[in-house]
Amino acid sequence: MGYVIDMREITKAFPGVIANDRVNLQLKQGEIHALLGENGAGKSTLMSVLFGLYPPDSGEIWVKGERVIIQNPNDANALGIGMVHQHFKLVDTFTVLENIILGYEDTHRGFLRYDDARKKVIELSERYKLKIDPDSLIKDISVGQQQRVEILKMLYRQSDILIFDEPTAVLTPQEIDELMKIMKELVSEGKSIILITHKLKEIRQIADRCTILRKGKYIDTVEVASVTNDLLAEKMVGRKVLFRVAKEKAKPQEVVLEAQGLWLENSVSKKVVVNNVSFALKRGEILTIAGIEGNGQTELVYGLTGLKPLKEGTITLNGKNISHDTIRERTLAGMAHIPEDRQKYGLILEFSLENNLILQTYFEPQFHNKGFFKFPAVRDHALKLIDKYDVRSGKGPLTVVRSMSGGNQQKAILGREIERQTDVVIAVQPTRGLDVGAIEFIHKQLIALRDQGKAILLVSLELDEVMSLSDRILVMYEGELVGHLDPQTTDEYELGLYMSGSKRDEVSV
Amino acid sequence: MKFNVWRQRFWQFIASKPSSISIMSSIVAILGGLLVGFLVMLVIDPSRALIGLSTILTGFLRQGGRSLGNTVYYSAPLILTGVSVAFAFRTGLFNIGATGQLTVGAFAAVYTGIHWTFLGPIHWVVSVLMAMLAGALWGSIPGILKAYRNVNEVVASIMLNYIGMYLVILMIKTFIYNRELARALAPASSAMLPRLSQFIVTHRSSLNAGIFVALLVVVLTHIILNKTTFGYELKSVGFNRDAARYAGMNEKRNIILAMTISGGIAGMAGAVMYLIPGRFIAIDATLMSEGFTGIAISLLGLSSPLGVLFAGLFYGALEMGGFFLQITTNFVPQIIEIIIAVIIYFSAFALFFQKGLARWLAKRTSSEVDLPEGSELL
Repeated sequence: MGYVIDMREITKAFPGVIANDRVNLQLKQGEIHALLGENGAGKSTLMSVLFGLYPPDSGEIWVKGERVIIQNPNDANALGIGMVHQHFKLVDTFTVLENIILGYEDTHRGFLRYDDARKKVIELSERYKLKIDPDSLIKDISVGQQQRVEILKMLYRQSDILIFDEPTAVLTPQEIDELMKIMKELVSEGKSIILITHKLKEIRQIADRCTILRKGKYIDTVEVASVTNDLLAEKMVGRKVLFRVAKEKAKPQEVVLEAQGLWLENSVSKKVVVNNVSFALKRGEILTIAGIEGNGQTELVYGLTGLKPLKEGTITLNGKNISHDTIRERTLAGMAHIPEDRQKYGLILEFSLENNLILQTYFEPQFHNKGFFKFPAVRDHALKLIDKYDVRSGKGPLTVVRSMSGGNQQKAILGREIERQTDVVIAVQPTRGLDVGAIEFIHKQLIALRDQGKAILLVSLELDEVMSLSDRILVMYEGELVGHLDPQTTDEYELGLYMSGSKRDEVSV
Repeated sequence: MKFNVWRQRFWQFIASKPSSISIMSSIVAILGGLLVGFLVMLVIDPSRALIGLSTILTGFLRQGGRSLGNTVYYSAPLILTGVSVAFAFRTGLFNIGATGQLTVGAFAAVYTGIHWTFLGPIHWVVSVLMAMLAGALWGSIPGILKAYRNVNEVVASIMLNYIGMYLVILMIKTFIYNRELARALAPASSAMLPRLSQFIVTHRSSLNAGIFVALLVVVLTHIILNKTTFGYELKSVGFNRDAARYAGMNEKRNIILAMTISGGIAGMAGAVMYLIPGRFIAIDATLMSEGFTGIAISLLGLSSPLGVLFAGLFYGALEMGGFFLQITTNFVPQIIEIIIAVIIYFSAFALFFQKGLARWLAKRTSSEVDLPEGSELL
């Protein structure tokens, strides 16, 4: 039985790191083949080699029974290999149709032949059940629809080997279901798919076989049906992994943070984005705000932390009204913030690790004397946190943060915020885009904090995370709190109904 | 054998310094500029091209202490405007208004130099400080506009260049005008920057205390940027305004302070240029080029005060070389301008060079090299 793709003993080294060390990958005709590995395991490098972005140092690539040398993405396209990148490569101000034909235009004497292209695109979208309006602008359609445009782009180019790079990272649960259906449809029409992911659930749902990489090395290829998730995770991480963090029942104490009737509006459109939100957060509990992305959670956190002014309402921290305090005053009053966008807010990527670790405390007397830094103290602080929170980096305190992996960047933020020993920790999407090992670590840390009697407000889009960490759940929909649930008595299905607005209660907390 | 070991150690040392790649890319840019200058001379007059190049490179030593002193003398205001631009740039602001700040600074210095003769021996020091204040005031305007109204500082400071220039012409004509010669009056001799030529090797050169002003500014800005919490805030705002806000820094205050300090430094350059016997602020409506040269020097000096010091001295040396080029060969001194322009052009390719140099270093040391900000190896 021949393979449509057969990558043999691929080795690719970059200065200081072997990204792929004799890696094999064999894709059968008509299968969905998952490529599993933690961040930095070498998945992207392997796919970049296949897509012609880097030449391999050694090893062979065979496509449909023939040895090939792929020097650039055009070669890959000519061989029928197409890729949906994690960050879409679309022109925002072009229509769907224009994006699909971009770079592959049919012309007649220098004029575009839109009619033929339109016919072809509509035909493809019907055949593969990829509903899309060819004349909408990209900037007006949802992320899920944009992904469909990327898929149509590959189909339009007659690719039959499709690579999906972490396709679910940006999608809502509903959109993920849609995508899974589309992928099955594609396979049944004779396409072959490589799915790059680190989510075991997806592999279980859809993949036939799975190749596992770890630290650049080829570990195994398995039939998904014949192995357990535990085994897959163990192969990926190299040790046993806990999926649900063990935790005791919460012992909530007095209220620390109280929000009352918060209103926020978008500063440009003046649209109300947070609508009369009230809640009380107690010591010793993890209160989660669940919801689909874009329902006001981000703005609510901005309002709480002071990044955005409140339109109305009061915030009380430890009995003190902080509604109009500056960010610094709130920080000092006992609020820690693990921000949603770690690279935009949480870190200064050009700074060294040690300088990032003092971002919230550089003004404290322990770090300076009349405005002059005490560099040994800064270094000691960094070494302590690096050790305690297992932050791994090439050059320790002096590592430029940009060069660190996402998981280690997040651990650095987590360590910095936790170490300040504040009463309230607001953690927004603390595990977004991280691999299993890092997620486990961060979950454990949050629970340990709770057990120390800190109050934790978690904002998360991941249902798994919401269910396993929360002591109480508030669901946010279109700027309002629509559900107050107990994770012991609810399930993901019910949560989904609240999140999509199908079900709502009067919430008074 | 032994040589190889030492060579490897040398490259490892270079690679271990985070700034070495940036510095090397500046050096590559300089070599590229000189090469292009040489090619131009080859085209014009092949027989003298080599002499021309060596004149450019060694001009600053041609008359020993005298030309060396003059080189440093030329460099002082350029170092100041360079530091001015670099300092703002570290806070993420592009101060294209150094020339306007320099002009108002020059006026303040000359005005003080003419009228405040009661100050005695500290007359020139006060004149320099007044120039600093005037420049700081002028620099703070775009800072305030940026902080509170989000007006682009580039646009605001360009406009202020012209406003400053015409304002100074008006003020000179009103307060300190020499009608016969159509220029500003001369400051009192007590306000002139003290010459250094009497007692050091730079005999008979025009070198004066301006270089000490420049050195002091270089040292102070270096300390502010690298050793203080204030500098940490400025750089945080410069690299990532959102993160600075998240950390509770007052970004508005930092933007205003950075522009004010930047303007103050440029203002001092004005004093250093005009508290000199025989130099007068001209009454013609052209912007002073030293402010713009500062942008080039800041770029070449990688926006660090120490880098700007070397870049400014280098620029001064080239100018000196250009002076002798004109005297001893047929070449026009504009060759120098071409060389400088090409160097700036190549500096803008810095990222490109840095990638290549990082690979090259990595090969020599077979160890990983941290890339400076903004560049990615993969």
